[in-house]
Amino acid sequence: MELRGRAHCFGDDVNTDYIISGKYKFKTLDMKELAKHVMEDLDPDFARRVQPGDFVVAGRNFGCGSSREQAPLALLNAGVGAVLAQSFARIFYRNAINTGLPVVICDTSLIESGDELLVDLEKGLLQNLTKGIEVPIKPLPSVMLKILSDGGLAEHFRKYGTFHLE
Amino acid sequence: MGKTIAEKILSNKSGQNAYANDIVVADVDFRMGQDGTSPLAIRAFEAMNGERVYNPESAAFVIDHSAPSPLEGVSALHSLMRQFSKENNMILYDIGEGVCHQLLPEKGHVGPGSLVIGADSHTCTYGALNAFATGVGSTDLAAALISGKMWFKVPETIKFVCHGTLPAGVYSKDLILYLISQVTADGATYMAAEYTGEAIQALSVEARFTISNMAIEMGAKVGLMEADDKVMEWVRAHSNHKFEAVSPDPDAEYAAIKEYDVSQLDPYIAKPHRVDNGVPVGEVAGTPIQQAVLGTCTNGRLEDLTIAARILKGRKVHPDVRFIVAPASRQVYLDAMETGVLKTLVEAGAAVVTPGCGPCVGTHNGIPSDGENVISTANRNFKGRMANNKAFIYLASPATVAASAVKGEITDPREFI
Repeated sequence: MELRGRAHCFGDDVNTDYIISGKYKFKTLDMKELAKHVMEDLDPDFARRVQPGDFVVAGRNFGCGSSREQAPLALLNAGVGAVLAQSFARIFYRNAINTGLPVVICDTSLIESGDELLVDLEKGLLQNLTKGIEVPIKPLPSVMLKILSDGGLAEHFRKYGTFHLE
Repeated sequence: MGKTIAEKILSNKSGQNAYANDIVVADVDFRMGQDGTSPLAIRAFEAMNGERVYNPESAAFVIDHSAPSPLEGVSALHSLMRQFSKENNMILYDIGEGVCHQLLPEKGHVGPGSLVIGADSHTCTYGALNAFATGVGSTDLAAALISGKMWFKVPETIKFVCHGTLPAGVYSKDLILYLISQVTADGATYMAAEYTGEAIQALSVEARFTISNMAIEMGAKVGLMEADDKVMEWVRAHSNHKFEAVSPDPDAEYAAIKEYDVSQLDPYIAKPHRVDNGVPVGEVAGTPIQQAVLGTCTNGRLEDLTIAARILKGRKVHPDVRFIVAPASRQVYLDAMETGVLKTLVEAGAAVVTPGCGPCVGTHNGIPSDGENVISTANRNFKGRMANNKAFIYLASPATVAASAVKGEITDPREFI
């Protein structure tokens, strides 16, 4: 799976309240509506600027805080192609895989906003085309690869009716 | 090789001899969703072609995050939950029953050795009862509703040993805010926390919930404690289920063991906008506040309300402060009425709202204005958490919140005791 897009950089500990505020997420199941407010408290213009396939790039502990699955869904519906971070909070990490949002653990310290990036999930490689740098990606646990390759946990259950992770 | 509490519970529930970093599929004893997460879980259930909820008597929906509904859109989502739970014979706790993390222990659904998932990050609260209880998202909840199972990576464990005795005026909330400030917001990510030591053993079960509740704020998957006599007695008073307590082996392997002496600890405050931004109260004392909140799954229990009432007895809330109280459940509400605690709070100037999560999570019941400072017993102070990103949230114990409400500024509660 190869993904290409431009970087939008954020810092450490981007919590799920920042990704999509509680004041919006309780109101609706319309993820397109929620996507208009994604990352609003950190960057009010982000939802307008982001182009389909762009990457959210962050430091440590991306997605900490609440268990809201609206967080990966709002990012997906805003057009975000993947999230790249040094580390992820565990509930967000699970939710992203379950809903089909690629999450990539790698050294993000040299990436700047606007950089053109190419991610190859199979090869486990991130290429920063703007800077001419290659960075290795930490592979997903095999269980998660299985769920992601089935198209998320809902598709996995549709196929097998239960967990089939061998 | 010996096992930690987490390794033992996940071994028991999966039938595998599991150790840290193993992947297991385990039988889940109880499943829960709230009104911020259940509607999406229902959609995922449908997308999975789910036909019925497995063992519906061990699955609950709780309407607590926007309860009662402040908006038409929310009302529609609540209706969806009511309809789904009825069709599937699930347990439903509707508006006014209380906060999910108070209800699951109080109604006897969870106890020592049990494996619990909840579509809410503070599900780790029941670790105080020796339950492996962890937050998941809506799709994971849907999978568990259908199958009764969940996959887990067995976590490594960090052991926190708390020595000494908490001084007067210093509570379990101060202790956990201090621990989080030491290990930081991602210091225990993907890991289990085990809390032990004489300072933990000395706490009531209610006070212990506060510590396990905030394990997620250091990134932990669960916040586990051993089930001592206090826990077993508490559980017997609330449940008819047979639970089997799980203790760690003496030769269990830990990723780290952190020891603290809490005998000199000050009341602690987490400054905006991070939970790990903790300082002794003295560093921020005198900061003016416009709103004080007592309640939430962290500190909305009878003991918390009683501690606040002791400070507020015969005093009035400062005229520049709105003081909002949300008992954690209907039972807490009733108990606080019976003991006179509620009367004391109301006489002091409290505005009491329906048991629920509103004042913590910005859905309703006390959204601050631009530039205002709020002191709250909640567990999160992220920018925008209370629905205004221009407000400032300070986290503190019920005693510190009560003292600050009286003086109109952040105040060391030891001035009042």
